[in-house]
Amino acid sequence: MATQDIIARSATTTPMPSVRQVGEVAKLIDTSKCIGCKACQVACSEWNDLRDDVGSNLGVYDNPIDLTADSWTVMRFAEYENPAGNLEWLIRKDGCMHCEDPGCLKACPSPGAIVKYANGIVDFNQDKCIGCGYCITGCPFNIPRISQKDHKAYKCTLCSDRVAVGLEPACVKTCPTGAIVFGSKEDMIEHADGRIADLKERGFEHAGLYDPAGVGGTHVMYVLHHADQPSLYSSLPDEPAVSPLVSLWKGVTKPLALFAMGAAVLAGFFHYVRVGPNRVEEDPEPGEPIVHEVDPSVHVVDPKGRE
Amino acid sequence: MDMNRRQFFKVCAVGLGGSSMAALGMAPPAAFADQVRHFKLASTRETRNTCPYCSVGCGLIMYSQGDGGKNVVQEIIHIEGDADHPVNRGTLCPKGAGLLDFVHSPNRLKYPQIREPGSNEWKRLEWDDALDRIAKLMKEDRDANFIERNEQGQTVNRWLTTGFLAASASSNEAGYITHKVVRSLGILGFDNQARV
Amino acid sequence: MTNHWADIQNADLVLIMGGNAAEAHPCGFKWVTEAKAHNKARLIVVDPRFNRSASVADLYAPIRTGTDIAFLGGLIYHLISNDKIQHEYVRNYTDASFIVREGFTFENGLFSGYDASQRRYGDKSAWGYEIGEDGFAVVDPTLSHPRCVFNLLKQHYSRYTPEVVSSICGTPKELMLKVWDTIAEASAPDKVMTIMYALGWTQHSTGSQMIRTGAMLQLLLGNIGMPGGGMNALRGHSNIQGLTDLGLLSNLLPGYLTLPGDAEQDYAAYIAKRTQKPLRPGQLSYWQNYEKFHVSLMKAWYGKNATAENNWGYDWLPKLDTPGYDVLKVFDLMYQGKINGYFCQGFNPIASFPNKAKVGAALAKLKYLVVMDPLATETSEFWRNAGDYNDVDTAAIQTTVIRLPTTCFAEEDGSLVNSGRWLQWHWKGAEPPGQARTDIAIMGGLFHRLRELYRKEGGAFPDPILNIDWSYLRPDEPGPDEIAREFNGKALADVTDPATGAVLAKAGEQLAGFAQLRADGSTASGCWIFCGSWTQLGNQMARRDNADPYGMGQTLGWAWAWPANRRILYNRASADPSGKPWDPRKKRLVWWNGTAWGGTDVPDFKPDSPPDAGMNPFIMNPEGVARLFAVDKMAEGPFPEHYEPFETPIGRNPLHPDKPGVTSNPAARVFQNDLELFGKADEFPYAATTYRLTEHFHFWTKHSRLNAITQPEQFVEIGEALAKELGIQAGQRVKVSSNRGFIKAVAVVTKRLKPLTVDGKTVHQVGIPLHWGFTGVARNGYLTNTLTPFVGDANTQTPEFKSFLVNVEKV
Repeated sequence: MATQDIIARSATTTPMPSVRQVGEVAKLIDTSKCIGCKACQVACSEWNDLRDDVGSNLGVYDNPIDLTADSWTVMRFAEYENPAGNLEWLIRKDGCMHCEDPGCLKACPSPGAIVKYANGIVDFNQDKCIGCGYCITGCPFNIPRISQKDHKAYKCTLCSDRVAVGLEPACVKTCPTGAIVFGSKEDMIEHADGRIADLKERGFEHAGLYDPAGVGGTHVMYVLHHADQPSLYSSLPDEPAVSPLVSLWKGVTKPLALFAMGAAVLAGFFHYVRVGPNRVEEDPEPGEPIVHEVDPSVHVVDPKGRE
Repeated sequence: MDMNRRQFFKVCAVGLGGSSMAALGMAPPAAFADQVRHFKLASTRETRNTCPYCSVGCGLIMYSQGDGGKNVVQEIIHIEGDADHPVNRGTLCPKGAGLLDFVHSPNRLKYPQIREPGSNEWKRLEWDDALDRIAKLMKEDRDANFIERNEQGQTVNRWLTTGFLAASASSNEAGYITHKVVRSLGILGFDNQARV
Repeated sequence: MTNHWADIQNADLVLIMGGNAAEAHPCGFKWVTEAKAHNKARLIVVDPRFNRSASVADLYAPIRTGTDIAFLGGLIYHLISNDKIQHEYVRNYTDASFIVREGFTFENGLFSGYDASQRRYGDKSAWGYEIGEDGFAVVDPTLSHPRCVFNLLKQHYSRYTPEVVSSICGTPKELMLKVWDTIAEASAPDKVMTIMYALGWTQHSTGSQMIRTGAMLQLLLGNIGMPGGGMNALRGHSNIQGLTDLGLLSNLLPGYLTLPGDAEQDYAAYIAKRTQKPLRPGQLSYWQNYEKFHVSLMKAWYGKNATAENNWGYDWLPKLDTPGYDVLKVFDLMYQGKINGYFCQGFNPIASFPNKAKVGAALAKLKYLVVMDPLATETSEFWRNAGDYNDVDTAAIQTTVIRLPTTCFAEEDGSLVNSGRWLQWHWKGAEPPGQARTDIAIMGGLFHRLRELYRKEGGAFPDPILNIDWSYLRPDEPGPDEIAREFNGKALADVTDPATGAVLAKAGEQLAGFAQLRADGSTASGCWIFCGSWTQLGNQMARRDNADPYGMGQTLGWAWAWPANRRILYNRASADPSGKPWDPRKKRLVWWNGTAWGGTDVPDFKPDSPPDAGMNPFIMNPEGVARLFAVDKMAEGPFPEHYEPFETPIGRNPLHPDKPGVTSNPAARVFQNDLELFGKADEFPYAATTYRLTEHFHFWTKHSRLNAITQPEQFVEIGEALAKELGIQAGQRVKVSSNRGFIKAVAVVTKRLKPLTVDGKTVHQVGIPLHWGFTGVARNGYLTNTLTPFVGDANTQTPEFKSFLVNVEKV
């Protein structure tokens, strides 16, 4: 018997099994305890057998500079001078948020290429991925990346292979300061409450939990010192929501999926679809040498552009 | 596609049943939950170790492929923190989390080598030749420069023209035997990484 | 560490200064976050850079590199003048009441007895306590005598006013006072602060005195010996604690025993000098047992050949004609062509030592160099031309280099000592690549060959080589377990209790602890402080019981800690003079139960000495108390004084502006050719400091792909203000030069480095991480130590990597 069920599946209209009552899991990332050590990045790549390119330094601590098909989580560093004039180094582990209402899954035209398990994990199945990049468009957090090696989309699996056998994700296990914790979503919210109370006592009056309602909540949540301004944390969306465009596509998902299955050769065309409307991109200033094209087929990153 | 088959999705990583059924052709390839990778540590050997980097001394578990049988070369395929360890409690920093690539670094040395004076290349040596040659170099220098008495005629028994830098991550056992050897030779130019 | 990693959870306040624990020791730093989470602890970080530790601190204060003595000295005066010290602790457990000899002075930046021509204190005779007719030190418990340590201390630091300190350190005065006042709260007996420091204090020409100032602060606050307190040196490598414990330093023998000097020709006098009698009545003065440890060591090394008749092989030990042949001295001799052969065992000196040009030139003068390492280090390839990174004339280098591949941790059994002094055993998990061998096998193989050569051919003084006890089962490769049993020690004859005559250990049995060691040759122990690690009950280092019955995080059943499985040193001081914990609620460590000392840790004390017997907690000191006054132990004086780094951005010592002789440490050793290479602020205006990043470990992880990905390329950190001044944008390449060379790297421009106002001037600081080189899978880069000055601390000779001058230019 299956120990977990798939409760949502891309480009599929058949009802999903819903009898077994599987508990929902969540990962809680406490930015106020994070030291940006990147252990989670390394543990993620080690566990998932990923080895990104050895890049270059672009004038910031962030490395790799952005998520790639080979780097499913990255630390984003922001230097913020608060109104009192004190410096805060806001460091955020970026990666898939495992939305309750996943925009990627809704946007995906290939049946079963994106699934959601009853425990809340949203997973990609590269065997079925056609590399169209719609998941990127559908994602309010700009997470999935298309590999230039196999033209398939990749992202954090929340270590579905570890969770399936009762272990915590690799990033959670390794986190030296306990900034990343894992458990039932209920327990994680309770844990966050304790952390928020502590932060308020230390003077962060706007400390709070980031579990955005616009995507139905997430299975990766943040404790933020400044929950009133998520965008301070390297452009974490203040109010993320699944794009209306994706909702429109949802109506035509099935025919599109069938089409896709019959015409996988068109994958190459879809592959060049650019990032969706949720991503704010500023044109780099002329002469700025730090702009770095990470993955030209997907998007451009300007490390200076981030707060 | 026949969506009814979705009930066969199996997400347990050690889903032998699922893959067998797929192999029997009972379902189209998409019917089984190959989304979840097989759990790669299911039958690995676990060995306890200590991280060799900083001085926190984090406990490690090294997972190696193979069951220790005669015909297998155990290969470490994964390293993670030891949850029982009272200091690291399973955690590892980015260095510790990346130990696998240190163990398997392409720059690990495999054979004794020699670079001759003025040469621009390494040549491979056999162990016996390397150790014989070093022992000879040491003895020549020691015999020529050992100081039994200083200018005041005091017994000093020191050898100053060869020095020894000991490691920072070698075990106590290696360190102890190194000290025993180095002092019995009379070496004083002897330090370890603690100096810097 | 006086304490240990998990004990940090017991702290109420954490001061990270002279270190960056979040960056360099993330998994140990977790106990700071635990103290914050479960103990409502506050974290203060004082550092030149707003670093990763600062990112989660409650309070951060910037400081100019190399000025920590001024900061802490000012704090000491602030505590005394605001009456924020733990009075009962200071009065009973420190030498505050001891009277200092007449003739002790401090004038114009110098203590009494300085010899300017030798750049050292030739006469330290006044740096001691007044000794009474009874042979004991004279004390004044009322602390009113003008020459008692407390009053001299107060007087010494009265010059360190907040204004003066702020002007030296560049720390804004209000912020500094806020830090000081927060720390002052830890003077309450139930409030405990821990200090976590590392090479940010060690690597200065005044590094030892910086650490001393921190220790003095902790004594005044009553925090030494307390759970959640202590002076915690976060050692940099996995076993430099163990290798130091085992005495792998020029002047040491295992267990902090010391080598004799030339003048110590007489064995009895050598022992007598190290066997210090108590300086106060009723004190233990544990080093009175020195000979037991020494003889047991010589029996472990020389077996039956070490006898009472030959003074236990005393003449087989080399004698020192200088305080020590530390690495700076050895490389200076090598540079002069006076060293022929050199061994590097898992050590990469061309990357790790200052002034790479000098180190490279020195190596090129060797006849032979032997490198034992798991990795292809830069040192092993110092002769290879790597362009700008190592621009050498290969053909002209006549050194024979032999490189031997060694196993790494994963491929061998053995023990390592962590910073908390825990000896932890580890097990082999796989075979090494190719033909790599263990260091033990290499040392065994070499020694075995040398011994055979001396046996056959004779040669210079073969006695110690031929007399050594090498009765290992496999002489070419002794087993790690055999060696571990040897350094623990065993009974050579039955060991009996002198009081009762009962047999404590039968001949041949492993010893249970160093209390069983004897000076009559009936015991052998290769390292007395490790005695107890492999007893008759087996390998104690392999224990894995993590139970914590008192909830104090001491886990006495996990591995084994020296000494005697004691987790917190000086823990008798966690209880008041009557034997009760200062804080019986949350800080219970050891206490007097009416008949004996016991508790959550192994007492660091004579277990049956009742509180009213008057024995004091610092049993290794002849005084029985801790020293605020360092007597003659330090090179530059009994009280730490601020001196500028040898390369100072302000060119003078604001405490002694008109005395150029005391601008920098007057007792530090400077080699002639290095003196000329010190840069001046007019040419090299910026204060630079070098450090590690959390993504890398020294020069090792650049060989690891996973780590190379996370920090692939060499960079330097420059504050926004300086970057603007120089027209440098983030991501551009810059050239950073000192008077010894240059490196080129990517500029990281940051708000985390702010210009400081020092001595009326603006001082910019530049941060230079050290992890790149010309071998590895990360992008090649320059060795950072191309830039650093070849001068060390006056006591330890640890190089001044943390404070020097550079210039920065756009490439």
